[in-house]
Amino acid sequence: MTAYRIQGATGEWEVVIGLEVHAQVTSSAKLFSGAATAFGAEPNTQVSLIDAAMPGMLPVPNRECIRQAVRTGIAINAQINKWSRFDRKNYFYADLPQGYQISQLYHPLVGEGSVEIAVDEKKPDETKTIGVERIHVEQDAGKLMHDQHPTMSYVDLNRSGVALMEIVSRPDMRSPAEAGAYLSKLRTILRYVGSCDGNMDQGSMRADVNVSVRRPGEPFGTRTETKNVNSVRFVMQAIEYEANRQVDVLEGGGKIVQETRLFDPDSGTTRSMRSKEDAHDYRYFPDPDLLPLELTDAFIEDCRASLPELPDAKRHRYETVLGLSSYNAGVLTAEVETARWFEKLLAESARRQGKSESDVARQASNWLTSELFGVLNKLGKNLEDSPVSPEAGAELLALVGDGTISGSIAKQVLEKMLETGDAPGSIVEREGLKQTTDTGAIEAAVDAVLAANADKVAQYKGGKEALFGFFVGQTMKAMQGKGNPQLVNQVLKDKLA
Amino acid sequence: MTNLTEFGIAAIRDGVVRGDFTATEVAQAFNAAVAEANPALNAFIVTTPDHALAAAAKVDSARAAGEELGKLAGVPIGMKDLFATEGVQTTAASHILEGFEPQYESTVSRKLWEAGAGMLGKLNLDQFAMGSSNETSAFGNVISPWRRTGADGSVDTAPLAPGGSSGGSSSAVAARIAAAATGTDTGGSIRQPAAFTGISGIKPTYGRCSRWGIVAFASSLDQAGPMARDVRDCAIMLEAMAGFDPKDSTSLDMPVPEWDANLSDDLRGRKIGIPREYRIDGFNADVAKSWDDGIAWLKDAGAEIVDINLPHTRYALPTYYIIAPAEASSNLARYDGVRYGLRELPEGANLQEMYAATRAAGFGAEVKRRILIGTYVLSAGFYDAYYTQAQKVRTLISRDFMNAFDEVDVILTPTAPTSAFALGEKTSDPLEMYLNDVFSVPASLAGLPAMSVPAGLDRGGLPLGLHLIGRPFDEQGVLNAGLAIERRAGFSAKPAKWW
Repeated sequence: MTAYRIQGATGEWEVVIGLEVHAQVTSSAKLFSGAATAFGAEPNTQVSLIDAAMPGMLPVPNRECIRQAVRTGIAINAQINKWSRFDRKNYFYADLPQGYQISQLYHPLVGEGSVEIAVDEKKPDETKTIGVERIHVEQDAGKLMHDQHPTMSYVDLNRSGVALMEIVSRPDMRSPAEAGAYLSKLRTILRYVGSCDGNMDQGSMRADVNVSVRRPGEPFGTRTETKNVNSVRFVMQAIEYEANRQVDVLEGGGKIVQETRLFDPDSGTTRSMRSKEDAHDYRYFPDPDLLPLELTDAFIEDCRASLPELPDAKRHRYETVLGLSSYNAGVLTAEVETARWFEKLLAESARRQGKSESDVARQASNWLTSELFGVLNKLGKNLEDSPVSPEAGAELLALVGDGTISGSIAKQVLEKMLETGDAPGSIVEREGLKQTTDTGAIEAAVDAVLAANADKVAQYKGGKEALFGFFVGQTMKAMQGKGNPQLVNQVLKDKLA
Repeated sequence: MTNLTEFGIAAIRDGVVRGDFTATEVAQAFNAAVAEANPALNAFIVTTPDHALAAAAKVDSARAAGEELGKLAGVPIGMKDLFATEGVQTTAASHILEGFEPQYESTVSRKLWEAGAGMLGKLNLDQFAMGSSNETSAFGNVISPWRRTGADGSVDTAPLAPGGSSGGSSSAVAARIAAAATGTDTGGSIRQPAAFTGISGIKPTYGRCSRWGIVAFASSLDQAGPMARDVRDCAIMLEAMAGFDPKDSTSLDMPVPEWDANLSDDLRGRKIGIPREYRIDGFNADVAKSWDDGIAWLKDAGAEIVDINLPHTRYALPTYYIIAPAEASSNLARYDGVRYGLRELPEGANLQEMYAATRAAGFGAEVKRRILIGTYVLSAGFYDAYYTQAQKVRTLISRDFMNAFDEVDVILTPTAPTSAFALGEKTSDPLEMYLNDVFSVPASLAGLPAMSVPAGLDRGGLPLGLHLIGRPFDEQGVLNAGLAIERRAGFSAKPAKWW
């Protein structure tokens, strides 16, 4: 793969990227209070006395949030710190009731780990390892609403105190595509683990994007940080814009200022928010309301044991044990829901056809990735809201497997299943779509086709053997696709001999 | 009938249980005493006579129904206005919380009500518990009921400080207008005011009493405790206040001992440490004498006296004045005018300007001073030199105590370097004011149980306190040594009623 380079007026530039991903921890209660965390509730209906920072209120860590962060750490092969501590990050803002965010600066819960990415999804075996420096847990802030009043802003504290994991990568990415692949992969892992729902449009996952440029081989340049970018596409756009902007500045004789920038999704550009000079002094110090977090080996082992098969391991198993193509294995494991759906289909297919999973795996994966995905795509639906269940899919595949219907009839049956929601068996029965193995009927159809195309028969006999397919097609058409393909072939061969 | 306000906790509870008098009669007597004295003493920010009467009525009907009564049945107490009380204004003596009525009850006050106590009102204090004389309250100074007597027996009417920060508590208990009161102690705020007013007060081991619902000053140091007429009352009230609270992560998950039942002034086999380092430059002669008295009394109770070293003592005060303001600067950030309390919104002000105006108008001078100090010591570039260093010294100070406790069971020192001073006497020099806590701060930094008991009067007729410091969780050792002093000191002086 060729390296990503920006062609400047004075030569090539390399981009260096690091991401700080904020992922909302899946839990029913907030990090330090019992308040609920559901998305989209009426403003200020999910706020405890602690979240509103009433006088004398104290934080108590939510065990489930810690557990989820530890599970996430194990999933990226990271060091789990058995001793960690919460620090206060002090600053004033109307969406921050305490006047400080409880975070972990000095002793994070999770240390070094890594994520494997495939930059080109067509080449899933060309991987690169992106280092993760740390994962710490912290509180989210509330939300300001500026459109409620002509001169005042309103505050919604529903998000105040919700648990976030901040996943900090090493500056290991060198192109927008790598950053996009990293973010997607991280999202996949989080969703497999179940520690974050990964809904970027609801703000459950967002990234601060650190970008700098340099001449290939030189030391790192000065970086800028673009805050709160909330989709994979926007992250890639922001990097592309920001890297080119930096190259322009440098080539124009300017210097990059270390600053915080904002991404504007409408224009795809970034703009300065505040420079290092006006950066806050956060006065971090250990939160005296909280004791250090000490994890037992049993707790960590329990977290480890609770992890499902993770995407890399699953993909590997699909290729080696199930014999799927690496492309299909990649597609089927990219989303945890797809893998779950596929595995149900696989289990049910194997049961119905009385075969092993690896014997039906290719049939199932091909049908899912090319047939079902195709029609769902046309309907604008996801697998999660597919009208066809894995059980119904397995029934359909079994009908093909035992020769009741042909592959092309299966496509028609699938259409009917989507339309009516009926089971494939009853559709085949009702519509009379069963494959015919009646040699008499097949011979009659073949005879009619050959009689109607005497010129082509002559050409075939004259050596144009490619026409065989044409005769098969015409025969199947005449039989509305119900002819058993092997029998049709056999009869044609006999008659044309 | 005897004047009911002369009784303390045990006497009231036992009297109510026996039926010598009703809880309602007790509440009425104290309510009347409060109404009479408060204009002069300014001990209460708000009075809540109805709360006291309602609690008393509940106790009386429980008794009539033959139910078992709580440890504090029928005892009217004052509640330091740092404890959140549901539906009753809670201010921390700051203008910034004026009018704030919590929708919740602090754990400690809830436990006290459950034990049968009633609330006479919310007691004045130094603003956000920052001060040693109760002169930083936004609701005016508290006046000590004590007055200085000249050598010729003449009474000096200059108002005296009741100590701080629990100055409303000490003044009210000493003046017999509350049977007991809650205090909180961050660097001496229970013990120094107790010493100044001739009452007893104990700061238990850090974590014994839940901090949930107490307006925070310095989280790693704040502890609630009782202030009462005598050692036994302290033991009874502390039993009601203490206990594990899952809502406070720093709360001790240990059963509450039966301190009252195990009180004993027999100190045979016990060793009492006398730290040389507490004999400071310019040591007050009366305080020195009272310390010697204390040594003699403990010896008389059977204890062995041992000289000990606490070599890092002189660093305690500077360490405290880094850590406590650092935590306070962050703890007080929530008073920003956004959600509750005071909001100052000058015409056209933006958010930052609203913060500045609100906090400038809402906080008093001492609170601002400490926020400034705390902000400074946590700033980038200064953090390691101040905060990190202070934490290391704090560890050394704790280690001094742990080493000493290898040898001795309890440590005896004076509570404060002087008896009560006059209002205004030390307000011009904050450092001189801070020196008041020189003996009490080390135990706070180490999180140890410590109490002050009255030991006698100085030549001006003002009370002096002796200070007992114990091992972590050994409140019993502290209370027992306190009881030994109490029984031998025979302290019976009371301020003459002038209000």
